[in-house]
Amino acid sequence: MTDGNYVSRTPVSQQPLKIEQSSPHDIGGLVEIEINRKKFKVPFGMTILEACKLFDIHVPTLCHHEDLCIAGVCRICSVEVEGMRTLQAACSFPITQSMKIHTSSEKVRKSRRHILDLLLSEHYGECYSCVRNNNCELQKLAKEYGVDFYRFGHVKEPYYDIDKSSYSIVRDMNKCILCRRCVRTCIDLQEVGVLEALNRGYDTKITTFLDKPISEVICINCGQCINRCPTGALRTNDPSDIIWEAIDNPKKHVVIQTAPSPRAAIGEEFGLPAGNSLTRELNTALKMIGFDRVFDTNFTADLTIMEEGTELLNRLKAAIVDKDESVKLPQFTSCSPGWVKYCEHFYPDFLSHLSTAKSPQQMFGAVIKTFYAQEENIDPADIVTVALMPCSAKKFECNRPEMVDSGFKDVDFGLTTRELAQMIKEAGINLPDLPKSNFDEPFGEASGAGLIFGATGGVMEAALRSVYEIVTGRTVPFDNLVISPCRGMEGVREASVKLENVKNEWKFLEGVELKFMIAHGTANAKKVMEKLKKGELKDVHFVEIMGCPGGCLGGGGQPIPTSPEIRQKRAESIYKEEAELPIRKSHENPHVAYLYSKFLTEGPCGHLSHKLLHTTYTKRGNYIA
Amino acid sequence: MLGSELSDLNIEISELVEKHGNGRQSLLPILQEIQKRHGHISGHAQQEVARLLDIHPVEVNGVVSFYAFLKTGIRAKYNIRLCKTISCELANKASIAKTLERELGIKFGEVTKDERYSLEYINCLGMCDQGPAMLINNEVYTSLTPHKVIEILDNLK
Amino acid sequence: MPILNKPIVFAKENFGDGFEKGLKMKPIDIVLAVRESGLKGRGGAGFPTGTKWMLAATATAEKKFIVCNADEGEPGTFKDRVLLTEFTEQVLKGIILCGYAIGSQVGYIYLRGEYDYMVNQINSAIQKLKNENKLGKNILGKDFDFDIELRLGSGAYVCGEESALIESLEGNRGEPRNRPPYPVNTGFMGYPTVVNNVETLATVPAILNLGSDWYRNIGTDKSRGSKLISVSGDVEFPGVYEIPFGTKIKDMLELVGAKDTKAIQIGGASGTCISAKELNRNLSFEDLPTGGSIIVFNNSRNMLKILKNFMEFFVEESCGQCTPCRIGNKKLLDGVNMIEKGECSVAYLKELLSLGETMRITSKCGLGQSSPNPFISILTTFGDEILATY
Repeated sequence: MTDGNYVSRTPVSQQPLKIEQSSPHDIGGLVEIEINRKKFKVPFGMTILEACKLFDIHVPTLCHHEDLCIAGVCRICSVEVEGMRTLQAACSFPITQSMKIHTSSEKVRKSRRHILDLLLSEHYGECYSCVRNNNCELQKLAKEYGVDFYRFGHVKEPYYDIDKSSYSIVRDMNKCILCRRCVRTCIDLQEVGVLEALNRGYDTKITTFLDKPISEVICINCGQCINRCPTGALRTNDPSDIIWEAIDNPKKHVVIQTAPSPRAAIGEEFGLPAGNSLTRELNTALKMIGFDRVFDTNFTADLTIMEEGTELLNRLKAAIVDKDESVKLPQFTSCSPGWVKYCEHFYPDFLSHLSTAKSPQQMFGAVIKTFYAQEENIDPADIVTVALMPCSAKKFECNRPEMVDSGFKDVDFGLTTRELAQMIKEAGINLPDLPKSNFDEPFGEASGAGLIFGATGGVMEAALRSVYEIVTGRTVPFDNLVISPCRGMEGVREASVKLENVKNEWKFLEGVELKFMIAHGTANAKKVMEKLKKGELKDVHFVEIMGCPGGCLGGGGQPIPTSPEIRQKRAESIYKEEAELPIRKSHENPHVAYLYSKFLTEGPCGHLSHKLLHTTYTKRGNYIA
Repeated sequence: MLGSELSDLNIEISELVEKHGNGRQSLLPILQEIQKRHGHISGHAQQEVARLLDIHPVEVNGVVSFYAFLKTGIRAKYNIRLCKTISCELANKASIAKTLERELGIKFGEVTKDERYSLEYINCLGMCDQGPAMLINNEVYTSLTPHKVIEILDNLK
Repeated sequence: MPILNKPIVFAKENFGDGFEKGLKMKPIDIVLAVRESGLKGRGGAGFPTGTKWMLAATATAEKKFIVCNADEGEPGTFKDRVLLTEFTEQVLKGIILCGYAIGSQVGYIYLRGEYDYMVNQINSAIQKLKNENKLGKNILGKDFDFDIELRLGSGAYVCGEESALIESLEGNRGEPRNRPPYPVNTGFMGYPTVVNNVETLATVPAILNLGSDWYRNIGTDKSRGSKLISVSGDVEFPGVYEIPFGTKIKDMLELVGAKDTKAIQIGGASGTCISAKELNRNLSFEDLPTGGSIIVFNNSRNMLKILKNFMEFFVEESCGQCTPCRIGNKKLLDGVNMIEKGECSVAYLKELLSLGETMRITSKCGLGQSSPNPFISILTTFGDEILATY
């Protein structure tokens, strides 16, 4: 149903009646039903919608989402159950007795059409000027039901102002159909609590605390609400117009770095099924549309591992050898800007647990406007750095006032997978058809360790490969470098690796059981943090947290739709691609070694590193002023 | 609001939470008491309740905005709510509405400048046999006539 | 204000020591007695009370709850107000008996916020029962503990819907839940919960005092017993009346002093509007069911204005979560306004009537399923008159 062991805050009665791993062929606990005059056997308690899905009978849905608890509010999935006075919402009706169901009787069709007409009468906006044109669930239903006029009228003027206050998220409530997926995402799935239904009756609307602009409430910019919005009511703050301007300006040297997750998913925007990686086709496309250089964010992912790994070893040394009680363990990863802001708001007293290492995106920005500018002899003022990210929170991150360590805004724009796909389409390019090409020098090819950053557990796996080897001189004791406890979609995972026969300089780590935890989605982060608060993580050394379910590959800038299955497929394609790479450990990346020998000469966590590659955090708290 | 008033409110809310319990099911009784004492539930009060009940402020806001008797904005000293539902309508609620508007010099949905009176409509009070009916704060007035309304208003002054 | 005519069930002498008798019975025998009496829910839906109690009594759960639904919000209904004032103790005793019968230790009274002024009276009645050891620990020396807590609504009609009421008790927006599961299976805090109307519960001590047969013999075959009716509108004697089920409309009108009657709204805003010509119809679950409200309109009344008042009510009082109710009621109201301006074609009116049918079968809860009733019934019965006027 959902990633990991997420526990809903929704009342028990509102949660789906679930039967574990039900299969129609299970013996016992089966109920015989009829759908559209055909007989089926289904497990007791399965919903009508689940049963229909099982037998490939299409029932339209809007408020239903696989990641979320049942709402039963849009009523578009109404079906007829013989003997019942009213129609029943297929998404919420559990089959507990034999019944005869009709999914497209006259009553059902007429009712669905009415419901659709009602939704359309309140939905402002023209499809051709909407970011979700051709990928809108409401539009799709209108087509499916052959809507060719507005039976109950249509709004002619927008009723709400569009909220563009956030760097990351734009809310246009004129397009909202009140399915409440965003509410369930924000409150149940992510436990952030920005969005909720306010007022009642016809005045009901989805909004923030006291209807404030989204930039003024406790939003972590994760964009999970966008990924689950059926219409264009929620979208990212799109910088592509300004990026085009920079590309078209011959004075500007426009550089793009591409994160690991977009390449694993962008094919979906071009009609490919989930799980097809287009890394090198994407390189070609980016050069075709006019970027001057295309770099791999995995390079700074490797750099992150060097910095963050060294920081961890430093913390361990300070704690174990120097008995320095001010040193905070476990150390938490800091590459997910959604998670970082979550921590700043909800756990401000624990910020010293966060690694001070910047995220790969921000490291790259700083390196490009210093080292690269120097090497290539380009005035950093003329460089525009764009970051292709699976993430809406990266837009906020690059606009953090402290992210100017190069002397300039380190990263000028965060661009999401969806937005870039749009730019590529605008340039008339069909991405899957393109020839492959490589990343540009001087950063060239990165390691596979950087690539797996895209999946939950990836940073941990990458870090362990390097830390273990640095400390013991041997590769991690896992087959083919696959640290299996790091992989999977369990919400919170923990495991350990024992450090034995360590190198002389790491003697203090001899026999230490290096214990680590992984969590993804802020609801799971909350579980970990509550344990930390209670002092239950004293023996844990390192924790990876990603703000989004599934990690970056499930980020708020990724192609829509999303589901557990889609995220699983994206993860598989990342792991598959990684297994084929020649270099799979961050510390073996020759370009990283070159950077340390030529530029960051004091090595990881040295002075210049600290200036350019590390950052500080803000105690934001969760009071809404 | 002054800092000292805020901390007084915080103390008051923590006492309410102590009295009713810190489970979500205590939310409405707590909000009702704040509403009764202060005439509204401020943004700060909503956040403080949310913090002590370990729920999100926006959830409290969602609840407050759902119920007609809970208000976020400051209300007048006397909140006059006239029933506009059918039986009172049949009993000539219109004449009462006119009288109230004329005597207070405000329309429904408005507050007098001195914040003494606010005027709004409300749905069925369950006084259908004694209409027209209205509430002034929590007190019910029934079988209203224009004359009676003027008397009631006089007594408030 | 007492019941205006000669009461049938709600006469003080009928209650006798029904409460004490009940507590001497085995819990299951109370359930059976209630089932035998044929008592059906008095809130309007008419679910057999004995069956509901049986479901709760046989459920195995750590806790069970009983909720007295005193969120009387249906326009034109005020019989619970009278019951809670005049028969406070019988209401409380009905709750306790239900608790005893189903094996619950806690009962809630969910009183509509508009009845705030009754809080002291109810609380002192609770205190009185406690002093008499009829509430609290070891009630009347038995191994039975029970407490009643009074909770207030805050001005939301929809909270009269039982699952919305439970949501409200749990501290949420009063938005109805998906059903099934029903509250009697998964109710307050996820536990089996019986939600009964004030009148239903108050009837129980009388049934236990005078016996199921006594009660069965009142009313009709399908609607046993009596009903409290709140009468308002164009009548000489508005107030609460108790009538046996099956009472004809013409007798009812006579009783309340209605003259020159044009139409009667049965069952409040969400009920049905009939023409005064339908005098021989009767008040019962099988003909004209009602939660207890009759509003009488005389010949001077404009039916479209009345309909407009009803539709404005639903646009505001819908909880707003499901599409048919949230937007549908607004479209019906818009339609009324269009008729008023002479802008609604008959074709569009037919479309709206058809939308009303859709709302009846697709809305999530009883509110949305019944809110188109006045639209459909008034425009069906008085459509010609209305269209001729505008």
